[in-house]
Amino acid sequence: MPLEIEPELAVQLKKHKITPDEYEKILALLGRRPNLTELGIFSVMWSEHCSYKSSKVHLKKLPTENPRVLQGPGENAGIIDIGDGIAIAFKIESHNHPSFIEPFQGAATGVGGILRDIFTMGARPIAVMDALRFGRLDSPENGARNRRILSGVVEGISHYGNCFGVPTVGGETVFEDCYDGNPLVNVFALGVFRHEDIFYGRATGVGNPVIYVGARTGRDGIQGASMASDVFTEESKSQRPTVQVGDPFMEKLLLEACLEAMKTGAIVGIQDMGAAGLTCSTCEMGARGGTGIDFELNLVPQRERGMTPYEIMLSESQERMLLVAEKGREQEIIDVFNKWGLQSAVIGTVTDDGLLRVRKDGEVVAEIRNLDLADEAPLYHRPFTKPFREAPMEGPAFASRHLQADLLAMLASQDLCSKRWIWEQYDYMVRTNTLVGPGSDAAVVRIKESGTSIAMSLDGNGRYCYLDPREGAKLIVAECCRNLSTVGALPVAATNNLNFGNPERPDIMAQLVEAIEGMAEACRFFDTPITGGNVSLYNETLGQAIYPTPVIGLVGLLPTAKPVLMSLPQEGLALYLLGGLGESDWTRMGSTQYAKQVVKQLWGLPPALDMEREKAVQTVAREAARSGLSLAAHDLGEGGLAVALAEMTFSGIGLAANFTSTLSADMALFHEGPSRILVATDQPSALEALAQQHGVEALALGQSGGTHLKISIDNESLVDVPVNQLYSTWDASLEEALHVR
Amino acid sequence: MKFGVVVFPGSNCDHDAWYAATANLGQKAEFLWHESTDLAQCDAIIIPGGFSYGDYLRCGAIARYSPIMNEVRRFAEAGGPVAGFCNGFQILTEAGLLPGALVRNQGLHFICKTVELVTGTTNSPFTNQLSPGQILRVPIAHGEGCYTAEAAILDELEGEDRIAFRYRDNPNGSMHDIAGILNRGRNVLGMMPHPERASDPLMPSSDGLAIFQSLLNAYART
Repeated sequence: MPLEIEPELAVQLKKHKITPDEYEKILALLGRRPNLTELGIFSVMWSEHCSYKSSKVHLKKLPTENPRVLQGPGENAGIIDIGDGIAIAFKIESHNHPSFIEPFQGAATGVGGILRDIFTMGARPIAVMDALRFGRLDSPENGARNRRILSGVVEGISHYGNCFGVPTVGGETVFEDCYDGNPLVNVFALGVFRHEDIFYGRATGVGNPVIYVGARTGRDGIQGASMASDVFTEESKSQRPTVQVGDPFMEKLLLEACLEAMKTGAIVGIQDMGAAGLTCSTCEMGARGGTGIDFELNLVPQRERGMTPYEIMLSESQERMLLVAEKGREQEIIDVFNKWGLQSAVIGTVTDDGLLRVRKDGEVVAEIRNLDLADEAPLYHRPFTKPFREAPMEGPAFASRHLQADLLAMLASQDLCSKRWIWEQYDYMVRTNTLVGPGSDAAVVRIKESGTSIAMSLDGNGRYCYLDPREGAKLIVAECCRNLSTVGALPVAATNNLNFGNPERPDIMAQLVEAIEGMAEACRFFDTPITGGNVSLYNETLGQAIYPTPVIGLVGLLPTAKPVLMSLPQEGLALYLLGGLGESDWTRMGSTQYAKQVVKQLWGLPPALDMEREKAVQTVAREAARSGLSLAAHDLGEGGLAVALAEMTFSGIGLAANFTSTLSADMALFHEGPSRILVATDQPSALEALAQQHGVEALALGQSGGTHLKISIDNESLVDVPVNQLYSTWDASLEEALHVR
Repeated sequence: MKFGVVVFPGSNCDHDAWYAATANLGQKAEFLWHESTDLAQCDAIIIPGGFSYGDYLRCGAIARYSPIMNEVRRFAEAGGPVAGFCNGFQILTEAGLLPGALVRNQGLHFICKTVELVTGTTNSPFTNQLSPGQILRVPIAHGEGCYTAEAAILDELEGEDRIAFRYRDNPNGSMHDIAGILNRGRNVLGMMPHPERASDPLMPSSDGLAIFQSLLNAYART
């Protein structure tokens, strides 16, 4: 018999985004009707944001293990072993919805949230990267708003990361109309620690005290998790109060105090309060520990008077942590937090009954099994059909009038131009570990305590994935691995941020499913398991969904040494294209930056990927970097060969390339076929021998030198332009688009 | 030689200064907690960069009241070398150990990049290993690094040869292109650029190590 839902309850359920079926499940789990506080607790824990209810059945397809993985998905961050007793923790997290509503604070608290995920595990954050997507800055309707959102997001990241003292070492910034009403702000963070210093978010030891530390709880961010689980409508502007306000100074103190408190040995488990705040941290720690938690709301430090249990439980005030201490040693921990000028309070105890029991004035105001909240959220096998796409398969007839002008236009485009204006606002050097910073194929950060460095790459491509989510996702994984191999790193593990539209639409759900399956296949092939990540759905405004935009953060390892950079360091070097010119056709040109910036259309298919060949090319590039054969290296990505060659000349040293091609000139210069890496060397025969050994084509393109970029095919000159002109075109473009120059 | 690196709540270049003094210069270094009143027999004091007290109110305005600053002042008055980098420079001006003030960058944005510094005076314990006019490539990373002072102070700094470094290409609007200055006793240095970030052979530049080497050289001569 269908459940009778009276009108008043129906209003509450709608407000809490709980479906009648979900309500029925709540009734069954509780054996009674929930009160309002309990309903609120269920609504945030069972929200898409916290429970992954639409994606979980598909996320299980991702590889999550290899011998290096110490901690896979399910904790605050994934952890891998990097040798010498040292481990790294890393994860990516989105703050898309808040950044649209309030760009500065939305992005700032995005950084704050992911940093807490890292240091709550005991790791000191040593690097941050950001994948940012906005609507076009020159959009006639939304340009002004998009510029304001970009400036706000960049300032927010700068404000938080710089003050906290973590270097922002790289990322990507992409512009596309589909992000007009749904900018994407995905923040990746990575931290380092010793194996014995790893902490988990588990409440164990019946009778142990539960301690609240950090900022006091206010009325900010209430229901943030469920706001992030909905599409945007005209009313969304009124949701500004659901965005939290960040305090990076408080977070810096919290970091230092937590790491110091962990050293006392008195901490049993610890978790940050992120989405769903106190609710999430208490029930997840209890669920993981197989225990209950009984606590008193009056003991929770509060910023405002008269807060209700509902408000305290659902607040998303920032810079707060929950920890469980060894009984009798609370004072040691409280002393450390006092030293750093931070508030801490024992608010309850760990129990053996598995219940989250919340009291106010001693009276129980909510009582729910931890496992029901953390693990019993409904799982949806949402229907999916064919992935949504509206682009044609066949491209328009098009003939370039001038390939050199095309190249300059591409270098000046918002996607490919220099992002210096953005990353100069980030402190990318603090902690003096940054060997390679922003604007490179991969960022490289050394670990001072060992001879190992970490290379990181963050990449997505909405156009590829829109045309074919499965192949697009594979290409992104391949590209990240290529970025790392180019600087000499071995790719070892990944984190993913899945940004999609409304999963209740079967054609959007199909995008998600295919992208996950493609990602799974590629990650399995490259042995780069996904150790954690984030799913951001409902990125849709007024019925327009974003392109399916999975973003991958990949980490690799390399011995610490002077890095191989992309720009040419000297004249007279031999220039090779590992992997050769590759293949393409007009259908596969439809996904490229050439199609976007020059033809100004989207059609066809993403480039074709042969993963075996990709791996072989990467192996050669990696060995060339490590053995000192490559003195500069740059992988081909968006914009293809011509753009990559131009970028190598930004040191001020020119190059001359001349080669034979069966492809038409526009395709030879701009197609985006993968598995290709440019290497400049002073030992050409050794490089050729290395390539041959791995069955990889090493196409001799020409030499570095002179003041021009010269590209000829079969001796016909196609590009001949001074490198300083290329550089200034590329360098000035973003500031011009932002109207700050 | 032993360096003391002061740690305020919000200092975030403290480890970098410590690393430059120990790993790169090969000397001893110790962290000095801001509530301490003991300089632990250190031979030189570094006030590191960061966001002491979150830079609330004004950069360095709260840090100057930390108990350790009384000891630092006494140490400086007795002729001990004190160097403030970035936020450390801001704290030293707030504490009155150096003249002038650091205000918001001309472009209103935080700027992080490697810049070229022109060595001014070499008559100091921080610059004795440099030659006048020598160019150093050293990073800056600040939002409020525009050096500002009244004309009389600028005249005094120029007249007494107390400008340690100038920017070759002024990034923040500082008066007289000033990147770093000395006190009257020439034993207190404040500079917005970060020499500790340019002291390691793996970094893009290691020109900043000369400032640490100058301190070591001055110490060896005493």
